Amino acid sequence: MAKIRIPTPLRAFTGGAADIDVAGATVGAALSSLVEQHPELRDHLFEKDELRSFVNVFIGDEDIRFLQGLDTEIAAGESLRIIPSIAGGRG
Amino acid sequence: MSRIYLSESQNRRISAHLESAYPHEGAGFLLGHFVDGYIAATDVVIDDVIPSENSSAEDERHHRFVMTPQAWMRLEDEADRRGLRLVGCFHSHPDAPAIPSAFDREHALPNFLYMIVSVNAGRAGELRSWEISRDNQVEHICAVVSDDEWRKIMKWQTVN
Repeated sequence: MAKIRIPTPLRAFTGGAADIDVAGATVGAALSSLVEQHPELRDHLFEKDELRSFVNVFIGDEDIRFLQGLDTEIAAGESLRIIPSIAGGRG
Repeated sequence: MSRIYLSESQNRRISAHLESAYPHEGAGFLLGHFVDGYIAATDVVIDDVIPSENSSAEDERHHRFVMTPQAWMRLEDEADRRGLRLVGCFHSHPDAPAIPSAFDREHALPNFLYMIVSVNAGRAGELRSWEISRDNQVEHICAVVSDDEWRKIMKWQTVN
């Protein structure tokens, strides 16, 4: 069992919970476990089956995009964190 | 959210940061809390404004801002430590109106406040507060109150 920390704006979709216990041996499986428990999160995290471009998943200080992406293996008790990219501008 | 309370001092800090970034876009985070019993149960009081670095590419900064995941983590942890929420962010639109652009909408987070300030010829002007999604935008009233009034509001019961 691993744990995923939810960013503040998305906690509205987890009943206010900041940390969610998830099953799975990879980041992708852990995220699937998360959206199974909280289906409203899916559209905010995924575009079809890919992570949305401005959704980052970190294990400690490491961005999974610089590891093996959704195939990155995780150990039991590992802590993951979802971090949104904050961007914008006048266009 | 229905009404956002910002103190005059915080407003000046936001303006100073965004004017110093001009002609580039400037940005920062808003830490706050929800207030129970003041006007509406979903009102938001801004406790602190935290200027942040614009990490977009140098040649993009005149019309884009980006904050790093590390900045987010630092601020979210700080909010948790202080019993506050990371309620939103602020950014400037240099020489453009304080309304969300298509790019803002494309990158918007739900349940997050986007405060936009129009900075014209280097001077901060209109400040407007929005909740944005890909296909919608809702404006919230931003009340800039005196520091004394802000301190009174801070005494109302808070709900996190």
